[in-house]
Amino acid sequence: MSRFPLMALAVALAALALVPLALKNYGIYLLSLWCVYVMAGMGLNLTVGYAGQMSIGHAAFVAIGAYTAAILMKAGVSFYLALPLCALNCFIVGVALGFPALRVQHHYLAFATLGFNVLVYLFVRNEEWLTGGTFGISGIQRPGFFGLSLDGSAAFFYFVYGSTILLAGALWGIVRSPWGRAFAALRDNPIRAESLGVNIVAYTLLAFAIGAGFAGVAGAYFAALVQFIEPGPFHLSASLMMLLMVIVGGPGRFFGPMLGAAIVILLPEWLRGLKDWYLVMFGLAVVALMTWLPGGLLSIPDRLRSSR
Amino acid sequence: MISGTATGAIYALAALGFTLLWQASGTINFAQGEFVMVPAFLMLAALSLGLPLWLAFVLACAGSAAILGLGFKRIVVDPLLRHGVIPLVIATLGLSIALKNLVKAGYSSQPLPFPGVFPDGLLSLGAVRVSVYDIGTLAVAAALVLLLQAFLTRTITGRAMQAVAQNTEAAAVLGIDVQRMVLYVFLANALLAAVAALLVTPAYLAKFDMGDAIGLKAFYAAIIGGFNQARGALLGGVLVGVLENLAGAYVSPAYKEAIALVLFLFVILVRPEGLLGRSEERKV
Repeated sequence: MSRFPLMALAVALAALALVPLALKNYGIYLLSLWCVYVMAGMGLNLTVGYAGQMSIGHAAFVAIGAYTAAILMKAGVSFYLALPLCALNCFIVGVALGFPALRVQHHYLAFATLGFNVLVYLFVRNEEWLTGGTFGISGIQRPGFFGLSLDGSAAFFYFVYGSTILLAGALWGIVRSPWGRAFAALRDNPIRAESLGVNIVAYTLLAFAIGAGFAGVAGAYFAALVQFIEPGPFHLSASLMMLLMVIVGGPGRFFGPMLGAAIVILLPEWLRGLKDWYLVMFGLAVVALMTWLPGGLLSIPDRLRSSR
Repeated sequence: MISGTATGAIYALAALGFTLLWQASGTINFAQGEFVMVPAFLMLAALSLGLPLWLAFVLACAGSAAILGLGFKRIVVDPLLRHGVIPLVIATLGLSIALKNLVKAGYSSQPLPFPGVFPDGLLSLGAVRVSVYDIGTLAVAAALVLLLQAFLTRTITGRAMQAVAQNTEAAAVLGIDVQRMVLYVFLANALLAAVAALLVTPAYLAKFDMGDAIGLKAFYAAIIGGFNQARGALLGGVLVGVLENLAGAYVSPAYKEAIALVLFLFVILVRPEGLLGRSEERKV
């Protein structure tokens, strides 16, 4: 990356860090929620954008992360220990689900993840002994940070914000590594990639499982942010929204999920007066976007450049 | 068992439309459930104007064919097909959200009662008592499927539609008007959905998100039976309906939905082409 975009990025990050000063609690909460969805979206982008597979069950992984964190923390385990366990848990489940589904390629990962999402939703709703059923798990404690309390909404925002930046850095590393380049090679031309010695199934599986791990981390932060989890936010429709988030922003583009999450999480709050009409417009906009800009909003600059 | 078969028959109708669309144009339609919901509300709107049910149904069929058949193909599918399958799938997702919320915001967010086509009541067949409604539903769905099957295998147009589904290029070479056949498939899908709406709505009540459950079940049914086989959709639909009912009665109502789901996952992992499907060659 040359110098100018790097500086622009630093300025944008700093500006975003100042925003909470001008907001009330609810606004800060929304920004934190946006960060959580960005984390999950980055993971999904790895699967959808970089490895070119459809996953319609990302909310299930967020659910696994959130419930793992909540149950562990209720049992007295520290957040910092629960966090890697959430990621690991989701990674393992991702491998277990992805391995059989990816053997058959095509759209089958999409189908399997869809079924998986419904199954996880039913499980958390019905197994009251473990998940509290529809009553959920309440009173989840927020972690501290080296003795600092994160109970205030602004303090917690900075915690989530910092974590998101760290996670984004990790993703940047993955995508830039020879490994990450293999993901993109797979998506662009699987047959050619295979002939160059890339093991299609192994790499796609890895991308999917790492994506699931990201969702697990997002789930842990979600539990800590909301402090009360119930099955609602992990319904299949949430997965579909997350998928749209990534696609609208620009699949396979690093900043796609950031933009997409803003459109899905922050914009509706701004346009509150529209109520349900917002979603009507959003749905129609997705159709229009797919017709004219299948590469997502972030492909606009490229499009302008190539048409010149 | 019978009521399960009747429910299954409705799923089968929606699933059949699903597989037809898939065969003709490679489209996975995530808005299939909404394709059932919209005609239901068209009928409600017509009923509230004081029209009789049969007239409302005819109008809903016409509206469904025009909007969800012709309109869907021209406005959404045609311009998107050149981008490949994934953008199209995403577009149907967007469409699903838009249709759902359009009805919610523009009509009503409450569940609304819907008049039944058949009279209520029980019929005694020897030792078992079955509801008239289930029998009626089953009869209509079965008749419709047989009719469609006959149309596809006996008439020239039907055969041409099948030829297009099997091999688009070869069909074009043989002088079949591919676009026209694909349009017929879209119209058939819209009509199947309208009939499914007529049959299912009295039991489910008309609500903006009623399509969620139906679309999902149709999806399972299509995969379980075999995505590229019309007969498969039928088997899948009935199987899903029956399993669901039996599981609800004998295993646990809470996991009623999970049974079909487990079968669905099992089929995907073990026999991805579906129970009756043929495996697809990779098109490079």
